[in-house]
Parts: sequence; C-alpha cells; structure tokens
Amino acid sequence: MSGTGPRESIFPTRMALTNTKLRLKGAQTGHSLLAKKRDALTTRFRAILRRVDEAKRKMGRVMQLASFSLAEVTYATGDISYLVQEQAKSASFKVKAKQENVSGVVLPAFEVDRVPGSDFNLTGLGRGGQQVLRAKEVYAKAVETLVELASLQTAFMILDEVIRATNRRVNAIEHVVIPRLENTIKYITSELDEMDREEFFRLKKVQGKKKRDAETAEATRKALEAEGHKNIQPTLAGGGGDLLGGKDEDVIF
Amino acid sequence: MANQQDRNLLAVIGDEDSVTGLLLAGIGNVGPNQSKNFLVVDSKTQIPTIEAAFEDFTSRKDIAILLINQHVAEKIRPLVDKYQEPFPALLEIPSKDHPYDPSKDSILKRVQKLFGE
Repeated sequence: MSGTGPRESIFPTRMALTNTKLRLKGAQTGHSLLAKKRDALTTRFRAILRRVDEAKRKMGRVMQLASFSLAEVTYATGDISYLVQEQAKSASFKVKAKQENVSGVVLPAFEVDRVPGSDFNLTGLGRGGQQVLRAKEVYAKAVETLVELASLQTAFMILDEVIRATNRRVNAIEHVVIPRLENTIKYITSELDEMDREEFFRLKKVQGKKKRDAETAEATRKALEAEGHKNIQPTLAGGGGDLLGGKDEDVIF
Repeated sequence: MANQQDRNLLAVIGDEDSVTGLLLAGIGNVGPNQSKNFLVVDSKTQIPTIEAAFEDFTSRKDIAILLINQHVAEKIRPLVDKYQEPFPALLEIPSKDHPYDPSKDSILKRVQKLFGE
C-alpha cells in the first residue's frame, strides 16, 4: 500500500514517476559502484593488515638487535649519548612521501631518502670507531624498517577511515535512499491507479446516466408515439385512403 | 595533499639509548631556533614535558613519522590513544629495557580487533 514506509513528499504525476524511476536507477548504479569500491578497499586493507602485523613483530626483533649494537658501542667507547645529542644538526636520514592511488583514495607511502652524511665523524675517534660505524648501520636498517612500518600504518589508518565512510554510504543508500524511492514509486503508481479507477468509474457512471437518459427519452417517445398512434393512426390511415372521402369541418366553403 | 610532500623528518620521544641510536642513524635535526626533533625521557622527566613534546611534534608540519618508546607512550596513554591522525604517523617502538608488548600498541589493538571479528 502507499501508506507504508517513508516516502518523498511529491505530487503523484506521471512525470514525477518517471523522475523517481530515473533516480532509483541512479541510486542502484551508485550503490553497486560504491559496493565495488568498498570491496576493492577491503581487499587492500586485508593485505595491509597482515603486513602491519608482520612488520610490527619484525620491528621488535630489529630494535632488539639495534639496542644490542649500541650496547657494544657503549662498552667500547663509553657513554656517547651526550656527544651524539649535541652534535645533531641537520637530518641526513629523511623520508619522502609518495602517493599511491587505490580506487580514488590517496595512500601515502614513505620512502627512505638518505644522504650519506658525515655526522658524528669524530665520535669514537679514540676507541670503538668500528662499533660506532656498525651501530650506525644497524640503526639505519632499523629505521628503514620503522619507515616501512610507518607507511603501512598510515595506509592502514587512512583505509580504515575511508572504508568506514564508504560503508556508511553504501548502507545509507541500501537502507534509506532506495527504500524511500521505491516507496515513492509505489505511492505514485497506486495513486495513478486509483485515479484511473476513479476515471473509469466516472466514465461508466456518465455512460450509465446517458443510457438511462436515452432509455427514458426512448420510453417517453414510445409512450408519446403509442398515444399518438391511438389518435393519429386512424386519421393517418384514413387520410391516406381518401382525402376527399370525408367532410372536412374546417372547410367553410 | 601538497603539504605531505614537505613532511620529511622523523621525530623521536624516547629514553637515552633509543634516542642515541636513532640519532646515530642520522635522523637528528635541529631547527633554526633550537627546535629539536627529539626528546630524551628519563626517570626525572615530568609527564607534562612529554605531553608538551608530543603535542608539539604532532602539530609540526615537517614531521612525517613520530617514533615513541612504548614505555613512554604508556605514560601518556590517553593522549596517544586519542591521536587518530594519519600525519604524522605515530609509531610505538620498543626500548632496550622494555621489551615490546604487542597487546599495548594502540594500532595493534585495532589490528587484533579486526582480525578477531
């Protein structure tokens, strides 16, 4: 029935029906497109999810290794942390953000951009220079892992958000927009049908009345005719027989 | 999206050893007005100091990745859990004295939740 469910407040005409049908078609197309997008994103998301988990565990091991090599440095050189902190001037280990497009979503990925720096050249000059060099290398490797993980994680966060938004849209179209349009179409159709029936009924009524009127007219005519038959028929017959046979009282002379 | 191209630094909040190691790798950067991109946290560092550094690093426009020791992150956990921005990427790293605990990581928590669904 037309009264069930929410529908748009629209005047039930044939044009509105056409418009609404077009809109329903558009909504269905949009729904299938968004659903496809969601599927593509989810596939990507799943792959990233697994890699994030893996990379996080790898990071634990790598950082442990790095800490160990730093311990070696400390053992050989003594405490160099203050020296290192004071000598830090400008970063030689930087990252570059590049972008990747997954069905309209821009995913950033970080790339290591390393300038072979000459920082801390004097560190460990006295003793432990080799250990310092090795620690630098190990840490650089570790940071590379961290950068990789960071880009995975960023992609993870962005994808998570986009998937949520897409899901919201898909659900909104599926459960709100499409039913409303369908209800509107049903409403318009039923109203138009109702109008059709009313029109048909009206026509029938008119026809019936006309018929009745015609019948009444016919009956009156017949009655009149029958009456006239009684009066007119003999004269007619007589008149037809012989005009001069009877005497006309109207004729004065 | 253009401003993401400018983000090319890494920042770190951590204990002395982690910071030293990462600086050795060459991530250290000192800005024109002595604004460092690292903070050393020891047992005497006040929590408000860490929080201020965290806020500072997350609001800076030139930092792409913020590394934070997990045990430091634990101290300002509400702030870390509230942080949802993709840029800069927040990464909890293990430290020498505190082995990595995946169950505490705010990202891994979400990963686990999604796997467990």
